Amino acid sequence: MKEGFLKIQNVSKSFNDIQALKNVSLEIKKSELFSLLGSSGCGKSTLLRIIAGFEKPDSGRIYLDGEDITDLPPYNRPLNIMFQSYALFPHLNVFKNISFGLKEDRLDTNTINQRTDEILKLLELDGLENRKIDELSGGQQQRVALARCLVKKPKLLLLDEPLAALDKKLRIQTQFELVNLQYRLGITFIIVTHDQEEAMSLSDRMAIMQDGNVLQIGNPVEIYEKPNNEYIAKFIGTANIFKLEKNPNNNESYFSPDLNIQIQTKNILDKSQCLIRPEKIKIKKNEIKENTQEINKCFGIVKEVAYLGSYTKYLIQSNNCNFYVFHANNSISEKLNIKWDDEVECSWDHGAIYLL
Amino acid sequence: MNKVFFKYLVLIFGFIFLYFPILALIGYSFNDSKRVMVWKGFSFRWYGELFKNEQILEAFYTSIEIAALSATFATILGVMAGFSLARIAKIPFRSFFIFLSTAPLVMPEIILGLSLLLFFVTTNNLFGLPSSKGQLTVLIAHITFSVAFVAVIIQARLSSFDKNIEEAAQDLGAKPNSVIWKITTPVIMPAIISGWLLAFTLSLDDLVVASFTTGPGANTLPIVVFSKVRLGLSPEVNALSAIIMLFVVTIAVGYYIKIRNKSDVNK
Amino acid sequence: MLLGSWSNLFTIVEMIDGFKNFKFWYVFSPYFWLVLFFFIPLAIILKISLSVSEWGMPPYKKLFSLNEATGSFDLNITFSNYAFIFSDSYYFQSYLNSISLAFTSTLICLIIGYPIAFYVAKSKPKIRNLFLVLLVIPFWTSFLLRVYAWKVLLQGNGLINNILINLNLIDEPLSMMYNHYSVILGVVYTYLPFMILPLYGFLVKFDLRLIEASHDLGVRPIKTFFKIILPLSIPGIIAGSMLVFIPVVGEFVIPELLGGSDKLYFGKMIFDEFFVNRDWPIASALAMSGILFLAIPIMVFQLAYQKYGLKNE
Repeated sequence: MKEGFLKIQNVSKSFNDIQALKNVSLEIKKSELFSLLGSSGCGKSTLLRIIAGFEKPDSGRIYLDGEDITDLPPYNRPLNIMFQSYALFPHLNVFKNISFGLKEDRLDTNTINQRTDEILKLLELDGLENRKIDELSGGQQQRVALARCLVKKPKLLLLDEPLAALDKKLRIQTQFELVNLQYRLGITFIIVTHDQEEAMSLSDRMAIMQDGNVLQIGNPVEIYEKPNNEYIAKFIGTANIFKLEKNPNNNESYFSPDLNIQIQTKNILDKSQCLIRPEKIKIKKNEIKENTQEINKCFGIVKEVAYLGSYTKYLIQSNNCNFYVFHANNSISEKLNIKWDDEVECSWDHGAIYLL
Repeated sequence: MNKVFFKYLVLIFGFIFLYFPILALIGYSFNDSKRVMVWKGFSFRWYGELFKNEQILEAFYTSIEIAALSATFATILGVMAGFSLARIAKIPFRSFFIFLSTAPLVMPEIILGLSLLLFFVTTNNLFGLPSSKGQLTVLIAHITFSVAFVAVIIQARLSSFDKNIEEAAQDLGAKPNSVIWKITTPVIMPAIISGWLLAFTLSLDDLVVASFTTGPGANTLPIVVFSKVRLGLSPEVNALSAIIMLFVVTIAVGYYIKIRNKSDVNK
Repeated sequence: MLLGSWSNLFTIVEMIDGFKNFKFWYVFSPYFWLVLFFFIPLAIILKISLSVSEWGMPPYKKLFSLNEATGSFDLNITFSNYAFIFSDSYYFQSYLNSISLAFTSTLICLIIGYPIAFYVAKSKPKIRNLFLVLLVIPFWTSFLLRVYAWKVLLQGNGLINNILINLNLIDEPLSMMYNHYSVILGVVYTYLPFMILPLYGFLVKFDLRLIEASHDLGVRPIKTFFKIILPLSIPGIIAGSMLVFIPVVGEFVIPELLGGSDKLYFGKMIFDEFFVNRDWPIASALAMSGILFLAIPIMVFQLAYQKYGLKNE
């Protein structure tokens, strides 16, 4: 299928004077787990509410599976949404919460019971049918909210910060369950989140949003390694960004005024900045104490050391510019023995450099 | 130690102050003597007299009837008003509407009573309606001040209402009308019930407004009680107080047991 | 202002247009009711307060009347009723009495009610519910009967005098009733729940860790109370005080049952002017000026209400 399963075409939306969405276009494939990532106020929730039908876009269209759903009311859209607050019905028990949507569709009682029982088993909620909502734990409530949507076999499931209300341990476990469930059911998921780690680990593809615009769409690797701009580079993970100036006499390399060194890279483009991720920088103690100018190598002083178990985080100051180095702790016996105020030598391959 | 002592001192004296007069009244209701203050011995005599007192019984029925009707109408109008205030942005002269639905909360009842009486006199002069003052005029007056109380309760409940719940219902296929009946109404039902109960009590309790707006043959219980105790004491009223207390305490204890059990379940 | 009215009119037209829509009925049913039975009656009071009184039924002249001799309209608007009640110290004194009654009893309610609300709010949840039920019971019990209870207690041969005589503390029964103090006592007793419940509602939401933090920082308990707890509970204090102060200014029943002839109160004054003297214009002028007097506390209440959204019970 070439065409997107969900097509968002030039959607704009304003509230009073604030433009929440500025001409947003997106295509999401069938059976994809897609994330909308951005900090609060970036427009991701507005986009979600427009897809669900709670807000009307000022302009633009939305197509689901080839059908124009822009003007359909929420109750006629073949998709469901799971709210951050779960929005479970407090006056109904678990069974009635889950079967609510089927009853509204006027299905016969047998089908309703059968499908509700199926989904209860799938989400390991059997035995809790008669519980009231306020008698459930946070994790159970989350699964009821999920079951309530999935029982309707939607073409598309929207999840608004699905894990935000859970504590950290439960969140990681639930992350895997969610991916698993999506893979088994083959339903297209759109997840809205502000948590970049969550988006990275869950999604097939993701869109980064800022200020009502989609900045970049891609899979997690593309987004991390090849960000479109400085904002994305800094939003996802830790980023060292250096200014570049073109070398007049050597068109294979740049000069970095930040580090006062030459930077060499294969792809020569008209760019003025480069990104080097901290884990791609090698670090060692500067034993020789020589400060020769070399390509892709700089000397600096350690300003901060943080041992984080799987890796150690260093803050290096070099030529009035600060950058991070993450050194993976690959072996127990390895002793870099780098301490505060030590002089160090940092180097990288030209493949570690991404021009912005 | 000192602090704990002070705490119990405050609470014990506070509750004694609140309950001593009522309990004393209940105690005197068992006094056999016709003179309230002279103790002649324990008896249920005045309870018997109370149930034989046509005037009090009739007033009691009148009051209950007015209270039930006014609570019901006030709840309907109050739910509408509270809903409008909380949910409908476009109300013509909105601040005037807010004024109308909150001012009766604090308007002195003597002014409320006077204004309604003058209103009924004026409409009677102009249109011949209402033809006379009586149960209907008291009912209208009671609905009028109770609406504001119900509206406040409903508005407060709706403003803390998670709107996502209604959206979730729509998302699951429920049409807007269906959402109101199947989701919104049941969820705020406790607030609607407490609004009704408050309106009922307000009506049952009201003396001043009813005195202004009532007419011949429509005496409410507070009017009769007031006329009995204005100049002296009445053993029948003592018995009546005891019965009302018993009624209120039964409901309160029932309610307490219910919320206590509920909090036990949550553990 | 004019522009605002126009847009309001458009909204009305828009809504009437959609009168099949439930929104129309939701807004206009209570709106209509309150305009008819709350706002128009107040307007009628205003109208009558500007009328000239005369013998007859109704006992006042029409504001406009056709003069048959000259064939012209006569305008009978007068401010003399207001001039009269403000110049006569008899009426003015009754205002002062009511205001002083309301002020004193609000203050006493606050002094008694605050510690009760505070300690109830600070109790453990289980016992707190019990306390709350105990606080609400008097609130739901008949107001009139609770005032009457004090009449039983305070009589010359009432319970308190009997106890004091039996304890040989006094020889003659004390005269405790039918004065300003017995009225204050009755008011404090009946209105105390109106003070405690909003205060409780406020204090119970209060984060007790603030108190601990303050103790932790070495602030002494009394200073903690005055520097932290009291300022933070001011909205509750305002709400409770207004709920006591405003109705007490118009209070009629308590002075009637427990008060004496030493002091006249505003509520009683309106009642007598209307029913005894049958001077409707004066009674209306009294009521209107009462509303004007109360406008400030009512506005304070509404502001506090809008700002903090105090909840009933």
